[in-house]
Amino acid sequence: MTEETPTPEKEDSMLDRMRERLVPDAMPVDDRGRMRMVVDSLVLHLHPPKVIASTMNWTHSWGLGGLSALLMAVLGLTGVILQNNYTPAPPQAYLDILEINSNVWFGELVRNLHHWSANLLIIVAVLHLIRVFATGAYRPPRELNWLIGVAMLLLIVAANFTGYLLPWDQLAFWAITVGTSIINYVPLIGNWLGQLILGGPEVGANTLLNFYSMHISLIPLMIFGLMMYHFWRVRKDGGLTQPKKLDEVEPPKVERVTTIPHLLRRELVFALGAFALLLVFAMLVPAPLEGIANPDVSPNPAKAPWYFMGLQELLLHFHPLVGAIILPSLAILGIFLLPFFDINLNSVGIYFRSHRGRSLTVLAIGMALILTPIWVLLDEFVLNWSLWLPTWDTLLSNGLIPLAIILIPIILLDEWTVKFFHADTEERVLFVATFLFTAFVVLTIVGIFFRGPGMALYWAWNMPIASH
Amino acid sequence: MSETPPIPPSRRDFLKIAWAFFGGLALLETTGIFIAYLQPRLTEGEFGSIINAGLVDDFPLNSVTHISNGRFYIVRLGDGGVLAVYHRCTHLGCTVPWDATAQKFICPCHNSQFDQQGAVENPPAPRPLDLFGVSIKDGQINVDTGNLIERQTFETAQVVYP
Repeated sequence: MTEETPTPEKEDSMLDRMRERLVPDAMPVDDRGRMRMVVDSLVLHLHPPKVIASTMNWTHSWGLGGLSALLMAVLGLTGVILQNNYTPAPPQAYLDILEINSNVWFGELVRNLHHWSANLLIIVAVLHLIRVFATGAYRPPRELNWLIGVAMLLLIVAANFTGYLLPWDQLAFWAITVGTSIINYVPLIGNWLGQLILGGPEVGANTLLNFYSMHISLIPLMIFGLMMYHFWRVRKDGGLTQPKKLDEVEPPKVERVTTIPHLLRRELVFALGAFALLLVFAMLVPAPLEGIANPDVSPNPAKAPWYFMGLQELLLHFHPLVGAIILPSLAILGIFLLPFFDINLNSVGIYFRSHRGRSLTVLAIGMALILTPIWVLLDEFVLNWSLWLPTWDTLLSNGLIPLAIILIPIILLDEWTVKFFHADTEERVLFVATFLFTAFVVLTIVGIFFRGPGMALYWAWNMPIASH
Repeated sequence: MSETPPIPPSRRDFLKIAWAFFGGLALLETTGIFIAYLQPRLTEGEFGSIINAGLVDDFPLNSVTHISNGRFYIVRLGDGGVLAVYHRCTHLGCTVPWDATAQKFICPCHNSQFDQQGAVENPPAPRPLDLFGVSIKDGQINVDTGNLIERQTFETAQVVYP
C-alpha cells in the first residue's frame, strides 16, 4: 500500500479562473469529449452530438440551408452598421446613401454586401425549398419545418421589399409605388389596408418611416425566432433526410460520425468560401442607385422589384384581382399544403422520386418552357377579351374566363401523366408543381428582361434605354 | 322516459368561460389600439388636407394645370366647369403626365390613356382617374385631397361650376 500523498493545493489566479470559465483548455481529442462539447455549448447544441455521415453529402443538400443562415448573419451585421449612417426621412435618406457611398470608410462595400446578400438570399432560400421538395424531405415528420421554411421565405421577401424603399431613389420610390398599388385590389379592405401600410394615400415620408421600422425590428426579429425554431426542428426530426439512390431496395446503412470535427469543419470551410466569393462580388458590382425620388415623374418603364416581376407579368394578362390576389394566394396555399397530400415515405431522399418522376420532371420543365412564352405572345398580340366581350365585367372577361382557359391545359396535362405514364399521386404533385414553378420563372424572366417602355415586349438584347 | 334536468354549469366551467371571454376582450382591445395607433397622420397644408389651388379665373378655359404639392390637375373644361383630377394612375399608381399635343393623359408605365375628364380611353386602367372634392368660394378653388372620389364613368354631376 502506498501512502496517499496530498496534492499540493495550487491557488488559481483570478485570470486563470476567468479563462477556465470562458474557454476550454484545448480542443477535445476523443469522440466522447467532442460530443460532450457539442452538448455543453449553446451554439453547437443546435447540432446533435453525432450526425449520419451520408446526410453531409454535398450533392444531397448543396449546403443551401447553411448558406441562407450565413447570408442572414451577413445581413444582420451589415444592416446594424448601415443604420449608423442613415436617417429614415426624405430627402436626408437619399443624401445619407450618397454619403455612405462616397464619404464613409468601406461604406460602399458594406452597402453592396447588404444589397447583394439580400437579393442572393431570396434565390438561395427558393433553391433550398426546391431541394427539399425534390427529395421529398417535407414528408412526415418534417411537415411543420416545411411550413416554418415557407413562412421564413415570405418574411425574407417582406424584408427585401421594405429594404428596397430605404435608398429613396427613383428606382426605390416607383418600385414600391407599383408594388404597394397591388394591395388596393384586395377586396373590401384594400384601400384601408394600403393606407395603413403606406401611412397615407401614397408613398411618402410616413411610408419610409413605416418601412424602416418594419425592416430593422419586427421582420428580422420574426425571422430570427423562426430560424431558431427551424434549426431545432431539424434536430428533433432526426437531422436531414438520408440520401437514397434510385431502386435502392436495402435501407441505406446508417453510419454516424461525431459533429466535431466532421460537420463543423465542413460548415466553417463552406461559410468561409461562400463569404469570400460574396465579398469579391460586392467589391466588383456596385448596388444600383438612381436620382432622388421624384413623385411627379414616373420612369418608363416603372418596374416592381425583380422578385415581383413574375407577379407584375401576370398583372399584364389578368384583371388585378385574379393576377395579384387570387393566383398568388392559391399558390402560397398550395405550397403550404404540399406536405399534407404528398406523403409517400418510400421515396424520401431520392431526387425526383423515381425513374418516372425524373422523366416527368424533364417533361414538365420542357413543356412550361415552350407553353409559357407562347401564351405570353398570344395574350399580347391575339387575345383581347375585353374587346371581344365588351358588355361583360372586366373581372369576368379579363380575369376568370382566361383563368379557366389556362387551367384546362394544366388539367389535361395532369390527366395525361396518369393515362400514359401511370403516374401516382407523388409523381403528379411533382409534375404539376414543377410545371407551375417553371412557368412562374419564365414569367419572371420575361418581366425582367423582355419588358421595355410602356411594358411592351422587346428583345432583351435590343432594349431601348429607360427614360427617367 | 324521464327527462334529465339541465345541469347548471359548474364553478370550474363558469370560470373557464369567464377567462376566455375577458381574455378575448383584452385581445380585441389591444388589437384595436394597435391598428388605430398606426392610422395615417395628417399635417395641415400638405397632401391629404385642403389645398388652395388659386383663383378660378387664372385657369383658362379648356386647360389642364398640374398642382404639384396637391398631386392633382385642375381641369378647366370648355364650359367653365372645374375638376380636380388625382395625378395617380388607377392601374398601379404611376404619375400620369398630361400630353398637351395628344390632349390625353398617357401613363408611362402600362400605357393606360385617359381623356381630359379622366375617363379611360385605353386599358389596363380599370376605372377613370380619381377626383378630389372641389369647392369654389369667392373665386378661390379649394381642393380637399383627403376626400378621394372613385368613379366608374365620367358624369356631368362631377363637374363643379364657379
